[in-house]
Amino acid sequence: MTAAAPSPVAPVQDESLLRAALKGLVVPLCGVAFAFGVWSLEGRVLDAYDTVTAMNIGVAMMLAVSLNIVNGMTGQFSIGHAGFMALGGYTSGMVTYYGSLLLWGTAARQGGPFGAGEWLFAASCVAGGLVSACAGYVVGLPSLRLRGDYLAIVTLGFGEILRVLLQQTNRVIGSREGLAEAKWRELIPPPVGGAVGFNGLPKYTNLFWVGLFLSLTVIFAVRLKRSAIGRSMIAIREDEIASYSVGVNVTRVKVRSFVIAAFLAGVAGGLYAHRIGVNIEPRDAGFQRSFEYIIMTVLGGKGSVTGSMIAASILTYLPEWLRDFDRYRMIIYASLLIAMMLLRPQGLLGSREIWDFLPWFRKRRGTAR
Amino acid sequence: MADFVQTLETALAVGSLYALIALGYTMVYGILKFINFAHGDVVVLGAWISYTVAQWCLKRLAPADGPPLWLGPVVLACAMTVCGVLGFLIERLAYKPLRRAPRLNVLITAIGVSLLLQNVGQLDAVFGSSPVSMPALLPNPALVRMSFGGPGSSEVVIGLVDATIFVTAGLLMLALETIVYRTRLGAAMRAVSFNAETAALMGINANRIISFTFVTGSVLAAAAGFLYAMKYPGLNQPAHTIWVLLGLKAFVSAVIGGIGNVRGALLGGFVIAFVEQFGAFYISSNYRDVYVFALLIIILLIRPTGILGTPYREKV
Amino acid sequence: MPLLEIHDLHVAYGAIKALRGVSLNVAEGEIVTLIGANGAGKTTTLRAISALARPSQGRILYGGESIVGRPAHQVARAGLVHVPEGRGIFLNLTVEENLELGGYGRRDGGIEQERDRVYALFPRVKERLRQVAGTLSGGEQQMLAIGRALLARPRLLLLDEPSLGLAPRVVQTIFQVIREINQAGTTILLIEQNARMALQVAHRAYVLEVGQIIMEGAAADLAASDDVRKAYLGVHG
Repeated sequence: MTAAAPSPVAPVQDESLLRAALKGLVVPLCGVAFAFGVWSLEGRVLDAYDTVTAMNIGVAMMLAVSLNIVNGMTGQFSIGHAGFMALGGYTSGMVTYYGSLLLWGTAARQGGPFGAGEWLFAASCVAGGLVSACAGYVVGLPSLRLRGDYLAIVTLGFGEILRVLLQQTNRVIGSREGLAEAKWRELIPPPVGGAVGFNGLPKYTNLFWVGLFLSLTVIFAVRLKRSAIGRSMIAIREDEIASYSVGVNVTRVKVRSFVIAAFLAGVAGGLYAHRIGVNIEPRDAGFQRSFEYIIMTVLGGKGSVTGSMIAASILTYLPEWLRDFDRYRMIIYASLLIAMMLLRPQGLLGSREIWDFLPWFRKRRGTAR
Repeated sequence: MADFVQTLETALAVGSLYALIALGYTMVYGILKFINFAHGDVVVLGAWISYTVAQWCLKRLAPADGPPLWLGPVVLACAMTVCGVLGFLIERLAYKPLRRAPRLNVLITAIGVSLLLQNVGQLDAVFGSSPVSMPALLPNPALVRMSFGGPGSSEVVIGLVDATIFVTAGLLMLALETIVYRTRLGAAMRAVSFNAETAALMGINANRIISFTFVTGSVLAAAAGFLYAMKYPGLNQPAHTIWVLLGLKAFVSAVIGGIGNVRGALLGGFVIAFVEQFGAFYISSNYRDVYVFALLIIILLIRPTGILGTPYREKV
Repeated sequence: MPLLEIHDLHVAYGAIKALRGVSLNVAEGEIVTLIGANGAGKTTTLRAISALARPSQGRILYGGESIVGRPAHQVARAGLVHVPEGRGIFLNLTVEENLELGGYGRRDGGIEQERDRVYALFPRVKERLRQVAGTLSGGEQQMLAIGRALLARPRLLLLDEPSLGLAPRVVQTIFQVIREINQAGTTILLIEQNARMALQVAHRAYVLEVGQIIMEGAAADLAASDDVRKAYLGVHG
């Protein structure tokens, strides 16, 4: 379980560069195909309500999978994941909203499917991810000095500070003229709506973009788990001191896991902010929201990508299904969490993936844990 | 000057509440090495039980000239008893089965217990989900008046309620300090916290000590909840963010003082209250939570184990 | 009937078998020593006796009664007192508090008598009562550990490497005290790497190797045996 673990990749001497490149593209292309697939369901199989639920599930899956990189694979404990999500969401919202105002003079939706507006939106999600990643770096840095519970507290503090700061932001500016005439004090702190949330965002999020970013996240996470960095993350989770002694740069790997997870959460935040019918709000950054994602990763199993996805979909779907029992929802969540820890602490799948349960696949792959 | 003294007085009152709550966090951490997230919810329960008991008694008695003086202590005792029992049960049912599990699992369980308490408390059959107003159990005449500057200038008043908070909190802290540092039981608690296995070799029943710790922490939390309800009679519903923040700040106090250290929790409680209150008054009250968490992060980076914490030593 | 009887004791840590069928007994009034190399299972044996390690198989009888499965604090209260490896001093408590905790499990009062005895045995401990135990030297900590165990008024004292890391002079003192404690009526089961000293002070000895007893006998006989001399006393030829 070290960085030097042998990788099962065969030597690629006689393979042309082009073929290698094509081979590398196959899996991401599957992701794109998946995105088109789910998108085509919209309006046909799924009505408007189902579509929203499906998007929520997709976003929740992204957040659970990304949090699992820190909490599950690396064995750190972040209680600030919602903070990264919200940071990405607000950033992305600023890019689409004020970008649209500057480019087209209106914040309304621009162009149809794959029109200019949607590409701006896709870019804004990535921008949100990058800003979150920077924050992830800053928050991950204390892991130089802190470990375990203390690190958890710092991440919690990050989310809470962000929540309070977002509450103090300025009102959203409604027009290009308003933006041009705005005084400094209307721009700093940024005009993203304060306590009521960032209203007026164009609602670009649809099943295609959710499907695309989700499949890229999942592919990335699965590959990460099998990569050298992923192995060192798991090594740190299992025994930090032993990892040190075999040459894993523990600090760097920990910070990296934070940065990666924050990036993915930031992208998911972009999708979250542009959903139909809801605004992103300061309390989305708070730790209660973070707890929801923690519950998903715990339920799914530590380090299990597919496990987190299953848990995310169950926990997002359950409240829809139990609408009438809304007041019992958190009670059920909480009981589930406690029961899980007492009866099956390793989570639904443990640290395995869903395909590890399929016999033929397991045989082919050897024991990939 | 009057503003300064008034802020100081508020900070002391709030600080003693934080300190009372922080003690519970710190004692549990000292012995079991995990953050008992559910502790803040015991405080909420203490406040709501105080309200329920006070309301019930007042309805029964319907006193003509205000509530009798003995009512306050009775309400406090009820809250302490119920919370003490609850603390015992939480430990027995949720944490004890996990004694040998990884700490992360216990932490997650604690989060679960916290969510459970909050949301069960919100049920209509329990406390309901709307805010209530705590009846005044004490008259609040001014005990101390300090005026600053000439006539007509502002003056600072310390009322009976605040004085009661100081005295009650002070007595409880003193009692705990005595138990922990002056008795055999306290020595046993500190021994278990240092090394539970070796403590067992002394004939110390670690499970009993742990139960005692939870009960003590919960009793103090109940008192804090009661005092909080006295000072801020508008009680929010059990899952309200304001409670979560109260618990979090107390917890931050414990961490800043050096978690696991009883005196550190007291110090931390006052430090946090001072930073919060003075920051709110002199800079901006909008950011009061930011001061607290920023201070937390700064202190953790400078002194990762808190002000009075002993340096962390990794066992290899 | 021996005070302590162990039959076919097995202890495993996960897949690793630390003890594989250890049997030994200690009679009232004896000093018995268990010698062996690092990792032979000496400490595990003591830990199993005082219920810190759970045996997978085997019987442990103390005063004729089985004590397997009892919690550690009850075993300690029954007078079977274990001074663990590394002394087990609570470094965050004062010396006096450490001593007091020795008598924690006693319900009979009368601790003063033992306390005076400890002060007489270890005058240096008495001088430092108010100090935090973390400030004591290694030798002082070992004295405190033994003194603390005496406050429990043990019937059987388990000592794990009392000479570890101590200066030769201090080692002499400690062994002198062990002898005195025994003469005052306390039975002792002693683990030592310093086999020479252990065999001098003990009446009987067992040699433990990879989780099994390979030799037993009177201490003087073992000390004279060639095998023991070569393997544990560093005498060649």
